[in-house]
Amino acid sequence: MLSIKNLQAQVEDKQILKGLNLTINPGEVHAIMGPNGSGKSSLASVLAGRDAYEVTGGEVEFYGKDLLELSPEDRAREGLFLAFQYPVEIPGVSNINFLKTAMNEIRAYKGLEPLDAKSFLKLSKEKQQLVEFDAKLVNRCLNEGFSGGEKKRNEIFQLAMLEPRLAILDETDSGLDIDALRIVANGVNALRSKDNAFVVITHYQRLLDYIVPDFVHVLFDGKIIKSGTKELALELEEKGYDWLKESVHAPIV
Amino acid sequence: MTPQVTLPIYDDLLKDFSKLEMKAEHEQIRQKRRNALEVFKRTGFPTRKHEDWKYTAVTPYLQANFRTNGSVPIAPVAVDYLKLAAIPGLDCYRVVTVNGVLQPTEVALPSNVKIRSMAEAQEDAGLLKHFGSVSVLDNAPFAALNTALFAHGFFLEMDANTSLDKPIHLVQVLNSDAHAFVQPRNLVVIHAGANATLIESVVSTPGTKVFVNSVTEVVLKENAQLQHYVLQMAEKETQLIQQNDVSQSMHSLYSNYTFSLPGSSLIRNNLNVALDAQQTETHLYGLYLGTGNQLIDNHSLVDHKMPHCNSNEMYKGVLMDRATGVFNGKVFVQQDAQKTNAFQQNNNLLLSDEATINSKPQLEIFADDVKCSHGSTVGQLSKESMFYLQSRGISEQSARAMLVNAFAFDVTEKIGIPQLEKFINHKITAHIPALN
Repeated sequence: MLSIKNLQAQVEDKQILKGLNLTINPGEVHAIMGPNGSGKSSLASVLAGRDAYEVTGGEVEFYGKDLLELSPEDRAREGLFLAFQYPVEIPGVSNINFLKTAMNEIRAYKGLEPLDAKSFLKLSKEKQQLVEFDAKLVNRCLNEGFSGGEKKRNEIFQLAMLEPRLAILDETDSGLDIDALRIVANGVNALRSKDNAFVVITHYQRLLDYIVPDFVHVLFDGKIIKSGTKELALELEEKGYDWLKESVHAPIV
Repeated sequence: MTPQVTLPIYDDLLKDFSKLEMKAEHEQIRQKRRNALEVFKRTGFPTRKHEDWKYTAVTPYLQANFRTNGSVPIAPVAVDYLKLAAIPGLDCYRVVTVNGVLQPTEVALPSNVKIRSMAEAQEDAGLLKHFGSVSVLDNAPFAALNTALFAHGFFLEMDANTSLDKPIHLVQVLNSDAHAFVQPRNLVVIHAGANATLIESVVSTPGTKVFVNSVTEVVLKENAQLQHYVLQMAEKETQLIQQNDVSQSMHSLYSNYTFSLPGSSLIRNNLNVALDAQQTETHLYGLYLGTGNQLIDNHSLVDHKMPHCNSNEMYKGVLMDRATGVFNGKVFVQQDAQKTNAFQQNNNLLLSDEATINSKPQLEIFADDVKCSHGSTVGQLSKESMFYLQSRGISEQSARAMLVNAFAFDVTEKIGIPQLEKFINHKITAHIPALN
């Protein structure tokens, strides 16, 4: 579904992604790990279309379309979803109206009628239960006064409602206690299917105990320097990143 | 200072005054007119040299040959103006004025509320007692001019200890295809213990060229309550100078909501609230949306004269295109006004590089046991919030509209009438500019 070839991107003249390759197929869960500043969140931002990032080379194809040519909203309408590392608080915008607008704009893009109020409410209730999201939060203003954990859970609730084909979770585990982590992971697991895929960006192996990945990639200095299966995450937990960094910096003999 | 005799309207107005002297009118009113004319003649029309008019030049709008007082058309309007002012789903008692002239009501008002034209009520003891008692004319040249030369307007009275089951919707239609200078004078008296909701909508028929200089005096007796909504949505070739002078007695509650929407090239609101007794409560909410070359100027004064009064003011502005906003909010806390709570906030959102806001919160405190605060901000839409909404599939246009509505929310959520709140939110959405 997603094919990233030699992706290069910069922010304010600083090169962040330096030739990144990654292919994702439906039904897969990919974990991306790596030290601070290696470009993990930048990759998520570039894919979602944050305008501070300038793509300087490479290509990204999403279901046959040139993803980089699409506006952020069209990427979402094509089925890409970014769960934010720091979800934004927007006082004055109600959570539920926001979701209804998002859902109906996505439906309109696909040529579907807007969901009527009753069906939307029913769907919202189902998904709230699926991801254990508090009904009280649904009716509040978007993330306003939410705790860190509630914000992350709201991201997963939105993910459940919008049913994207590819979801990127950008350090969704950061700032979560064990219980919240488990709830978020259960939500993701409940949403996994053979038709969708997940990219899980994380610092810690712990999340991968709950969301078991098919592939683990190590991102360093703007490139993927090692890929493997879930055992790679365990190895990283034990040995850190230095042994991999050394192999990258080692002079070519 | 020499008045601007170069403006033809200045001479026309003085001529009007001599004609007015020949008409029969209650001596008390006549005397107030004479005094007010002297006040006006001292300054003439204000220029930008007057501190209160520093950012708002009115004389460019006064160059034309205006029809004044007697020559302003007062015939009923052919256009379905009620449509212009309709608030969908709102059940109300409707009263209509055209260029300030009170029209016969289609449906009779309940007996506890009386509305008469100023002319009809001019012998009324209540009118004579309150007319000109609230407005302070020094440093208010337009209010002085209105007092000297007002034509038409209404006198609304709400009986003591009564209330209404629905709001009064006062539709003020402006209608003249030739330049007209209209000066209605209104008086609202809410008697002790009464409670009323008044929605004023200022609209104009297409192509109307009217300059309005209106004054409304509002008297709230003890324990009286008034929810006072003002919706300014007249068209481009209109200018509105609207003065609202309010006097509050003990335990009274006055809430003003002023919505200045795209349209009128010039809007100047002078909202003055005198807290003349203890234990009063005052809320002033404002929202101004400026587009095109509009200039929207809100001057307010809350005068805490007595102890134990609470006032709260929140004005929000959204300025687009080349629009200019002016906010000057004065709060005076006089020496006797101990235990005052006075808050004021003005927030502005600039949606264009060419939009301007001049914001001046002004707090003057002469008492020593008070709680007061004021603040002013200017900002733009948060890029991070925009991206968040767009990343969920929401178009840039809808995202902007959502964020502007959210910005206005602090004011719109205070609207006590759901249909009106919805109406205002729709108006906001409708005016968010399309993308360049």
